[in-house]
Amino acid sequence: MAEHHPKGRLDEATNTETVGHEWDGIEELNTPLPRWWLWTFYACIVFALGYSVVYPAWPMLSSATQGTLGWTSRGELDKDMKAAAATRAKTVAALADMRIEELPKHPELMRAAVAGGAAAFRINCVQCHGAGAAGSKGFPNLNDDDWLWGGDLKTIETTLLHGIRQPGDDVTRQSIMPNFGSDGLLTAAQIDAVASHVLSLSGKARGNAEGAKLFADNCAVCHGPAGKGSRQFGAPNLTDAIWLDGGTKDDVVAQVSKPHMGVMPAWTGRLDPVTIKMLAAYVHSLGGGEQTPAPEPEAAATP
Amino acid sequence: MNKPPDMTQLSLYAKREPVFNRRIDGKFRRIKWAIMALCLAVYWVTPWLRWDRGPYAPTQAVLIDLAHRRFYMFGIEIWPHEFYFVAGLLIMAGIGLFLVTSAVGRAWCGYACPQTVWTDLFQHVDRLIDGDRNARMRLYKAPWGPAKIARRLVKWAIYLAISLATGGAWIYYFADAPTLWTAFWSGTADPVAYATVATLTATTFVLGGFMREQVCIYMCPWPRIQTAMTDEKSLTVTYKDFRGEPRASLKKSQKAPDVFGDCIDCNQCVAVCPTGIDIRQGPQVGCITCALCIDACDRVMQDIGRPRGLIDYATLDDAEREKAGQPPTRHLKLIWRPRTLAYLAVWAGIGLALLFALGTRVHTGLTVAKDRNPPYILLSDGSVRGAYTLRLRNMEGRPRRMEIAIVGLPGAVMWTDDSARADAARTLTRTIPADATLPLRVYVVAPAPGLATTAAQDFAFRVTAEGEARETALSEVTFDTPQEAIP
Repeated sequence: MAEHHPKGRLDEATNTETVGHEWDGIEELNTPLPRWWLWTFYACIVFALGYSVVYPAWPMLSSATQGTLGWTSRGELDKDMKAAAATRAKTVAALADMRIEELPKHPELMRAAVAGGAAAFRINCVQCHGAGAAGSKGFPNLNDDDWLWGGDLKTIETTLLHGIRQPGDDVTRQSIMPNFGSDGLLTAAQIDAVASHVLSLSGKARGNAEGAKLFADNCAVCHGPAGKGSRQFGAPNLTDAIWLDGGTKDDVVAQVSKPHMGVMPAWTGRLDPVTIKMLAAYVHSLGGGEQTPAPEPEAAATP
Repeated sequence: MNKPPDMTQLSLYAKREPVFNRRIDGKFRRIKWAIMALCLAVYWVTPWLRWDRGPYAPTQAVLIDLAHRRFYMFGIEIWPHEFYFVAGLLIMAGIGLFLVTSAVGRAWCGYACPQTVWTDLFQHVDRLIDGDRNARMRLYKAPWGPAKIARRLVKWAIYLAISLATGGAWIYYFADAPTLWTAFWSGTADPVAYATVATLTATTFVLGGFMREQVCIYMCPWPRIQTAMTDEKSLTVTYKDFRGEPRASLKKSQKAPDVFGDCIDCNQCVAVCPTGIDIRQGPQVGCITCALCIDACDRVMQDIGRPRGLIDYATLDDAEREKAGQPPTRHLKLIWRPRTLAYLAVWAGIGLALLFALGTRVHTGLTVAKDRNPPYILLSDGSVRGAYTLRLRNMEGRPRRMEIAIVGLPGAVMWTDDSARADAARTLTRTIPADATLPLRVYVVAPAPGLATTAAQDFAFRVTAEGEARETALSEVTFDTPQEAIP
């Protein structure tokens, strides 16, 4: 039952004025909000309205209002990207003018190139070589110290520029291993013998005379008499612990019978020369990079 | 049926009642002066104190160097990874508030809170320009005219000057003060500096000049927390109603001293109150316990020849004891109670722990991040390589040579980005620049025969400053190997 008392009676417990309502003995105290709070609230509304006018806000049928400032998140990104490009411009220009062999003499530029290369690697190379550049069966690991074509900066750059077995590129890295099994060049027993000989080079199997002879006749021309391979032909070293296409007997038999020939695209035309230099610097920095060989008129005499 | 209340008489919103507090002198006012002077002096002088740390570190005694991630406080330098010292100080500040509240009530609110200190300062400006309570009330009610406008402009100009000095001083804690001072006034400082000064000037102007007690009553959470922390044993400003009531004018109470209490309803306690409350209504959220009403009332009691302390610092318990004719609790006993002691123990415990940590900390550090992709690299000779990024810390103000060593992992050697595998060794030495970290990418190679076929082996890197055996740090990591047997 609602009753009404004259306004202004003081509540005993709190010393607060009542508003005069009473419902079943419960009275309402008059504790008004401060007036400035109300003005703050109004100010917030005004701010919000202004904000929704100058910035994109109100949803319409197909898009939203654009806002009088013309601000967009894409525009902001564009500005950020331009600013980033501007800060990089000097480095990029310096890299464009520099031969890659000279990069180690400029540690600052080298660091910038490695960082830029790491970013480009994430976009262009991880599909085959993996995020950690560790490769997988058939795709080379770029961290180790074993290189098919060479691991100095210039050689890596050349590999990147022209690719490996890239159709249509005249100077691409080209190496072909015959299909000894599927083309009938060797019998299954001969392949088995030669595979055992190959594994014996790294102590993984016992050698055999037939295999050794077959190797000398068919394989040594590219892989060398001792099986140490040749970077000139991109022929793998068969005496080490690293096996691009697997190091078990079955793997070797399969590779001799019908070799797997990987292809790496030539990046000329796909990426700009500076990015390719950066990628070469990054791959070189992964722990297996080799020093640029001193320019010699004759081929190196040491094995 | 009763008549409905006249809703037009009620408002949902209350206009701020302006406070015109009268000037008062007394014991507590003098304490308040002293604390105010101390707080303002500390705030304005601290950034200008110098401290010699040698050629590699800033000379500012207290500096929060956000750009270089360093915090300097006199002889102490804190790095970001030691932020727990700052966290510990903040926790101590929080528990310190509890401790102070438990021991002496809302002393923080009454004397040391910046809102109180600056409000006090601004109220003195009011008094200086517009006169004391009555003059200010007259001026408030007077219609706007040239004289009033002129007075207001002068007063607000002084408000603004104080606000600018307040907001302006803040930035000098974050950069070398003399350098920033020159840059600031020549217009070449960072825009952040100007924005910070503008923001803090505006907040000081509004909160100190106009909001004042509204901040304490409506905006600050601390009074709410304090209501939960005070009880009948908490020291607070208490009006002894048993002694004062019923109140009457001096004339009336002199005629009938047996009927009326000591309170002569002179309203002095209300007149001097900086938050405009009437303490005689009992403890309330608006009372910041600044005790100016005690000063005012003591004066009146002296004038009319009654004992002081009608309004006094007292616990509600003590008021009850006094009412019953018992002597008040001794001050020491007020503080010597479990709650206060518990806060003190926690507060001091954290403080001692921080001091211990500070005294025993090593100025050499090492963090190691292992390459996880790939976890290991098989090399052509059959050995296995792991890659690690070491971060060597030299927390002293001079360059130091440090030796990095492999602990465990028999046969393993390491080399770095800037050296070749041919130079690999169990240890290597680097010079770390003063007060800096040095990142170092390290390759660790372990020979095949030495490796077990387990997936991972534990080992550690240890860094030791040359010639300082105590200055050493160890970081444990794993060395991953191929899971299949290595030939």
